[in-house]
Amino acid sequence: MSEEGMNPRRRRLLVITSGLGVVGTVFALTPFVKSMLPSARAKAAGAPVEVDISKIEPGQLLTVEWRGQPVWILNRTPAMLKELTEDTSLLADPNSTVTSQQPKYAQNLARSIKPEYLVLVGICTHLGCSPSPRLVAGAASGLGDNWPGGFFCPCHGSKFDLAGRVFKNVPAPINLRVPPYSYLSDTRILIGVDQKEKGAA
Amino acid sequence: MQKLLAWIDDRFPLTKVWEEHLSKYYAPKNFNFWYYFGSLALLILVMQIFTGIFLTMNYKPDTNLAFASVEFIMRDVDWGWLIRYLHSTGASFFFIVVYLHMFRGLLYGSYRNPRELLWLIGVVIYVALMAEAFMGYLLPWGNMSYWGAQVIINLASAIPVVGNGLSEWIRGDFVVSDATLNRFFAFHVIAVPLILVALVFVHIVALHKVGSNNPDGVEIKKKKGPDGIPLDGIPFHPYYTVKDIVGVTVFLIIFCAVVFFAPELKGWFLEADNFVPANVLQTPPDIKPLWYFTPFYSILRANTHAFFGIEAKLWGVIFMGLAIVALFFLPWLDRSPAKSIRYRGWMYKTALTIFVASFLLLGYLGVKKPDDIDFILFKNVYWAQIGTILYFAFFVLMPWYSKYDKTKPVPERVTWK
Repeated sequence: MSEEGMNPRRRRLLVITSGLGVVGTVFALTPFVKSMLPSARAKAAGAPVEVDISKIEPGQLLTVEWRGQPVWILNRTPAMLKELTEDTSLLADPNSTVTSQQPKYAQNLARSIKPEYLVLVGICTHLGCSPSPRLVAGAASGLGDNWPGGFFCPCHGSKFDLAGRVFKNVPAPINLRVPPYSYLSDTRILIGVDQKEKGAA
Repeated sequence: MQKLLAWIDDRFPLTKVWEEHLSKYYAPKNFNFWYYFGSLALLILVMQIFTGIFLTMNYKPDTNLAFASVEFIMRDVDWGWLIRYLHSTGASFFFIVVYLHMFRGLLYGSYRNPRELLWLIGVVIYVALMAEAFMGYLLPWGNMSYWGAQVIINLASAIPVVGNGLSEWIRGDFVVSDATLNRFFAFHVIAVPLILVALVFVHIVALHKVGSNNPDGVEIKKKKGPDGIPLDGIPFHPYYTVKDIVGVTVFLIIFCAVVFFAPELKGWFLEADNFVPANVLQTPPDIKPLWYFTPFYSILRANTHAFFGIEAKLWGVIFMGLAIVALFFLPWLDRSPAKSIRYRGWMYKTALTIFVASFLLLGYLGVKKPDDIDFILFKNVYWAQIGTILYFAFFVLMPWYSKYDKTKPVPERVTWK
């Protein structure tokens, strides 16, 4: 394909037409690309889930499904809560500074509204496996004598403490997510709806 | 008959195509064992498409029906178990054959000038094949299908800024769901197979343009007889068609033995956790990909430290991607005057041995837990880090060791006893 002797006008027209063809192709592809986004139905799904937490014994974990994901509700014992204050130097983000990972009202030491009840999305922040609870501290967990109790992801070995805070030097970069939730009464919580700020109606 | 052929030839280049690609395609006469795997890969592609068509007749791409429809094929459809096991075993054998085919390229320098493009097309085929296998694995909607897809799709979310949106776009939902299953079905049964067939066609066209390499790495087209035929060439048909039939026979004996007597191959070809329906609340305790992805999975897991201000998660994805991207650069990294390992020195031989060992080690560690000690001395994750470094060293150091390596003189003609 020699371009020598090509009429400059023809050449210019050729470039313009090809350029327009590319633009047109992008426009024509847009509906197809967009058809693969989450559908209106998928966006509308995800109704809040109401859970009775009165039956969860201290130290026990309940798993419920919310938006197709496991959500854990853990009733932490005083001993478990005490662990949260110890050895925070091993944690990557002990003060929960990454704001996307918890609502404002859970940005505290226990990462919860009521310290004993922990509510967490049970999906690892690395690549989305569901970590397994290893709540018991010490060697019985299979994670060594120093294990303070928490969650261990079987897929890639990420470790989280009993507030879902990620340990240093594991593949997961940030803490487990606390979903929006609120207390309907002392024994019932609603996952998916934010707790109203104090004073607000 | 002659008249019919003449009639067709006037309208379609039948005889011309037959001669160009078979009866007058001159391949080097010194092909050895390693040259079976190209034709075997083609055989498996045809077999996968054929069995796949019959599986589609009974499979239902719906999260409520998929798992049961696969069990229906296994139990109630006449010979359904055979068709399904041929397909699932075929997938693993596809990778065995393709890995051996690629190793042949490394042995004899088949990626070198003038076959760079042929190699590049081949690597694209390999990538397409991985996509095909990955999406096919979701379809039975077993628990390992579900969580495997969850992990691999989430790889995209490690990309800064656009990552989460990209993951949602791939899934078509905020979690792996019916939308994901349905579109993976579409990709697995029509989009990727079409691409694969087209790429394989282009791969063969490119091969027949430059001619086959051989175990001596000598260009047979440089020495032609007075008739214009390479002196060391023999027509592909009947010589290599007949040879390949022997290869196919031996292959089918091994393949059928697995299909009939060990289709799950102790969890290597079909995992136990995939005989349990998908459970969105419970990741299998032993999550691992099928064996053909485990080397790359190991590289992903080996990245446990943040550096240069980039978190470990993104490094894992970057290195896993680079492990495949590196293959594309191979033709330009190799500076050796000799193509075939037969005329290369100890450096390349050592490098290739270490590379294969690191690939096998990474593959083995990929099915093990990172914090256990399954190999020797220390934890699996440390071995995976060593394996990752050795894997990349093969590529990164190649311009030097291939250049300074002491090669033997390459003969003018192929060696033939």
